[in-house]
Amino acid sequence: MARTYLTRSAPETGEIERRRWMFRHPVVIRITHWANAVCLLILLMSGLQIFNAHPALYWGKVSTFDAPLMAMSSTEDDPPKGMTTMFGHGFDTTGWLGSSIGSNGQAADRGFPSWATLPSDQDLTGGRSWHFFSAWVFVLNGLGYLLYGLVSGQLRFRVIPSRDQVRHFSASIWEHLTLRFPQGDEAKRYNVIQKLTYLVVLFVLLPVQVLAGLAMSPAMDAAFPILLTLFDGRQSARTVHFVVAAMLVLFVLVHVALVLLSGFWNNMRGMLTGWFVIERKVESAPVAGETRA
Amino acid sequence: MSRLPSRRALLAGASATAAAAMLGGCDRLGNAEWFQRTLKTGEDANLFVQRLLLTDRTLAPEYAETDISPWFKPNGTEDPLDKAYKAFAKAKFAKYHLEIDGLVEAPFKLSLAELRKLPARTQITRHDCVEGWSAIGKWTGVPLSDLLSRAKLKPGARYVVFHCADTMDQGNALEGGGDGEETDEAPAGNANPSMTKQSGSGESRKDSGGQQATDDDAASGGSPVRYYESIDLVDAFHPQTILAYDMNGQALPVSNGAPLRLRVERNLGYKQAKYVMRIEVVESFAHLGDGKGGYWEDQGYAWYAGI
Repeated sequence: MARTYLTRSAPETGEIERRRWMFRHPVVIRITHWANAVCLLILLMSGLQIFNAHPALYWGKVSTFDAPLMAMSSTEDDPPKGMTTMFGHGFDTTGWLGSSIGSNGQAADRGFPSWATLPSDQDLTGGRSWHFFSAWVFVLNGLGYLLYGLVSGQLRFRVIPSRDQVRHFSASIWEHLTLRFPQGDEAKRYNVIQKLTYLVVLFVLLPVQVLAGLAMSPAMDAAFPILLTLFDGRQSARTVHFVVAAMLVLFVLVHVALVLLSGFWNNMRGMLTGWFVIERKVESAPVAGETRA
Repeated sequence: MSRLPSRRALLAGASATAAAAMLGGCDRLGNAEWFQRTLKTGEDANLFVQRLLLTDRTLAPEYAETDISPWFKPNGTEDPLDKAYKAFAKAKFAKYHLEIDGLVEAPFKLSLAELRKLPARTQITRHDCVEGWSAIGKWTGVPLSDLLSRAKLKPGARYVVFHCADTMDQGNALEGGGDGEETDEAPAGNANPSMTKQSGSGESRKDSGGQQATDDDAASGGSPVRYYESIDLVDAFHPQTILAYDMNGQALPVSNGAPLRLRVERNLGYKQAKYVMRIEVVESFAHLGDGKGGYWEDQGYAWYAGI
């Protein structure tokens, strides 16, 4: 259907606007993208549920209960105050962390509020079921994506910066910061910052997150003691798991913000149907640009 | 392009509906039985894969003396109210006997003194609570495999069940007596990491212990539910699976499970049954409690606790 829009304007001299349809996202990428998005949301919310069972973080092999890196608690006041301590400094986080209004309308002693956790009420075993199930789907989905990406060449095209991109690195940082999104042929590929971000998320954050999760398992620690060496102990692994989750949340927030700013419907259409529109201004008779599937 | 706005509206509507359905529906979905079963396949996969990755003799990491936690956080029951247990504890467990029976050729009983004379294993290991915290302790005790070999398993034996002294739910005979440990020690109650030794509910429980019914009252109503746990033969014959009577070189304190507790090191804390009175070898645990293989399993926790 979209092919009929391939060229809309007559090639005239002078400045004219052209729309070009590009088949950007093959079906495997689209499916794995959305499955991944759902998994990450469930993993995050069920992870916060699990965290709430003991809302404190430590460094090292064991919990140093009287000296946590970070802890959430509630006070004896009526109504109770929510307190969050970080590196020995206390903050009043009433309503958000430590104490918040539960789904029944009552103030509840809990780390993260009920709207952020899955299930919404305090339910460690429910949270664990959601977390492990979606972790399996996430890992299998991710492996499917990687395998497809490697075989099809999509992965290399998407996340490895090309030589000219590396050369113009600083210029593209400036473009990115001023929110000037590339047009024309440049819009067909991800820019260097996008590529590096995806590279770090795909090959650093997500693998570290999985490994830190596994390092919390007593059985996995028996099978692969190197997990404990890698993270400096089980409690550090739990802290890393929490911090990397926060970094992934930050990534998703920036990702969604840029999707909105750089043309929400075009981006959504791209990730739902595969078809993406490239707008460009050309000076004279255009050169037929190849579409890269 | 004139069709675009409607498509946009459709998409916007669809995503809004999806978001609302997700937020509101996940809890309801999570309560549906078929969905719970589906979610549990994640935990089944954990068992399957971890059993593939670990041999029967893969050891849990062991630590140095210097790694031992200064305070080994007691969790769950810290001071059983049961009269029979209290009598044992008062006499320093001199009259305590561990029973081994069920699907065995030669059931037997051993006193604590007799257990202490058997070959022992000492290990410094990390204890990981399902809530997320960890502590390291030194445990000395009798390898469970020695006891099971002495009792000689009958064909059909598949699981080893640990029956404990501590009553978790008093049954429905009680009225507002504060039904024992379980209420105080629910995960939410332990969520406060600044909880100190003295803020444990041992004292307050002693106070209320006078009015509180113990197992004797059970005859008048529901039956009390005592803590129990089960492991399969892979874990039961694992070299680090011991029945510990010493912690950090001293007799096991009541708060940590005196006189005898299970250490099954490749598993989470709720498998490490405290106050073990009787070991029963069974083919299936379906007839015990709610049939899920343990007290916390009956509350929904996974039977396999390797992660």
